[in-house]
Amino acid sequence: MAYRHVVGPRTHVFADLPALMAKATPVRSGDRLAGIAAESAEEAMAARWCLAEVPLSEILARPLIPYEDDDVTRLILDTHDAGAFAEIAHLTVGDFREFLLTASPETLTRIAPGITPEIAAAVSKIMRNQDLILVARKCRVVTRFRNTIGLPGRLAVRLQPNHPTDDAAGITASILDGLSYGCGDAVIGLNPASDSVSTLSGLLHLFDDLIRRLEIPTQGCILTHVTTTLEAMNRGLPVDLVFQSIAGTQGANASFGVTLPILKEAHEAALALKRGTVGDNCMYFETGQGSALSAGQHHGIDQQTLEARAYAVARPFRPLLVNTVVGFIGPEYLYDGKEIIRAGLEDHFCGKLMGVPLGCDVCYTNHAEADQNDMDTLLTLLGAAGCNFIMGVPGADDVMLNYQSTSFHDSLYLREVLGLKRAPEFEAWLAQIGLTDAAGALLPDGPSARLIAAAPGLSDRGLAA
Amino acid sequence: MSGDGTQEDPWARLARLTPARIGLGRAGSGLPTREVLRFGLAHAQARDAVHTPLDGDAVTAEIAALGFETLAVASAAPDRATYLRRPDLGRALSEASRAALGARSNTSVDLALVVADGLSARAVHEGAAGFLAAFRPHIARAGWRLAPVVVATQGRVALGDGIGAALKARAAVVIIGERPGLSSPDSLGLYLTFEPRVGRSDAERNCISNVRPAGLSHDIAAFKLDWLLTQAFALGLSGVNLKDGSGPALEAAPSPVMIENGTQG
Repeated sequence: MAYRHVVGPRTHVFADLPALMAKATPVRSGDRLAGIAAESAEEAMAARWCLAEVPLSEILARPLIPYEDDDVTRLILDTHDAGAFAEIAHLTVGDFREFLLTASPETLTRIAPGITPEIAAAVSKIMRNQDLILVARKCRVVTRFRNTIGLPGRLAVRLQPNHPTDDAAGITASILDGLSYGCGDAVIGLNPASDSVSTLSGLLHLFDDLIRRLEIPTQGCILTHVTTTLEAMNRGLPVDLVFQSIAGTQGANASFGVTLPILKEAHEAALALKRGTVGDNCMYFETGQGSALSAGQHHGIDQQTLEARAYAVARPFRPLLVNTVVGFIGPEYLYDGKEIIRAGLEDHFCGKLMGVPLGCDVCYTNHAEADQNDMDTLLTLLGAAGCNFIMGVPGADDVMLNYQSTSFHDSLYLREVLGLKRAPEFEAWLAQIGLTDAAGALLPDGPSARLIAAAPGLSDRGLAA
Repeated sequence: MSGDGTQEDPWARLARLTPARIGLGRAGSGLPTREVLRFGLAHAQARDAVHTPLDGDAVTAEIAALGFETLAVASAAPDRATYLRRPDLGRALSEASRAALGARSNTSVDLALVVADGLSARAVHEGAAGFLAAFRPHIARAGWRLAPVVVATQGRVALGDGIGAALKARAAVVIIGERPGLSSPDSLGLYLTFEPRVGRSDAERNCISNVRPAGLSHDIAAFKLDWLLTQAFALGLSGVNLKDGSGPALEAAPSPVMIENGTQG
């Protein structure tokens, strides 16, 4: 069914709901690359006017990708909570924006299971950045494994100690550096350079030893393919969290070598290990706008809507962490700082609205028109929006993946400016070992010698002070 | 403790264990000024590597001086801004270049070598001729028949598919500037495709990454490429089903640190 909107003497026609959604999307290079972006600024605004008048029930009734063709569509519709949706079923997209601006946190929690990714994406397209921040800030998505992430007024950090050759001592050095800045409550999570199970085995033991010896209330994760982690669990290796990159269509997930049944199998295997102490959220997913187009599996749907569909893939697995790696994919999908900032706010909003624990890798590559100042801006906005977690990369320079993210220092900046605290269990641990004062501020003479002495594998290098 | 009895900052010792930026110190919640400036300089160099145009004439002259016949082509991306937004154009030949390649009376050869700017012209300026000089003896020893070395501007890896097909080559190797990291603005990637033709997927290629002075040396990279090409010709394929098993053959040689880099398409 075509949609129409009249602007003065011109009638703008949109062939169907996917076309309307795509043209209503704030402009970005990926939708242009796909040939689905609005062709003029007026057309984009006409699409937004038109979309604002579409009832939410119509979006629910017209799947963008047919039910028969795609298991993500089937997952979305088969698990849709009609009871939760009833409260908003009478609204148009435009009404829904106003509903969200006035809703209480309790209301947002109640309706989350009734919100499909297409509904979240549609309303985000007519929201300004400040709307995305204000509403996301009211959404509470709290998860637990060995600590509690997502509480109001708190921000967690993934400590990302990547090393170009997975050298155990080098990785340990980065972990100790991050801990000394009070980072690592979201997860100590490594992207390995090698995907062999033998490398994985050594790294899993390293992380497990370190977390045990220092009695850190946090979790470790080696971010390797879900099938490799399954193999590791089958061999009895110490796996806290199962990681996987996911996307918003069945075909894009297939290009990652992942299916919904494989995710379910891995989730059940990790649950059975019962390694969490305060909760059992044991999945860690990563996503990013443009992945479906990159795989040629986008079905003519705009990249922001497909990103929200990835959160629908994550949602049934009750993940501890879902991370949108917003600027990693490159300028053919998000061209510059302005597009990356907008995308980061959209992703965080859509995930939180759907009840998914969104964090953000605030990042860019060297061929994007962006720099650390753009990251400062997005970081600050996400801090205001109540983002669950960010990355902590030494000096913001990932020497394995060759991109720039946020640093340990950046997390200190955000805490100081916005008064954000760490996960409560981790905060108590930092105070207990004498790294921070009772208010969470770093003490000038921290226990670095003790950290180094307790770290496995460093004393034989003469590094234990 | 160091020899003279003074206490060395333990973080300085840890920092030697990794190229990551650890032990930076802090000024309040921020970085010390020197670290802000060091980072800014590294980013500036990476940006310049992306945006500096390829000096095709100079690169062609250097390669010709090694005794290779050369050909210059351009992709369908007319400028850098378009190249960055439209990877599809960087993978296709410009109309003029397609016509020029088609007009040659090409006889079939074993190997087409394509030098392309990719995302770092600097890597090509500083490393392409040096790598070809290191690889030349391998070509001679194997007796591979060679097409002219193609120097391509605004090119991506898959540009080699159309070039290799036009030059009737059994295999194409694209020598291309990789996406610069903050500490690696000068890295070349080598992408091998058996039976190149338009539409090949990345899973059908083999990659040797991080070819640069601080990474994989030209000699080692040439050795690995020789090994992969020999295997590709013997097995009749390239890509995920051709695993790099050159390691054991290399063990006798003094081996530098080999690290994998991000690939780029």
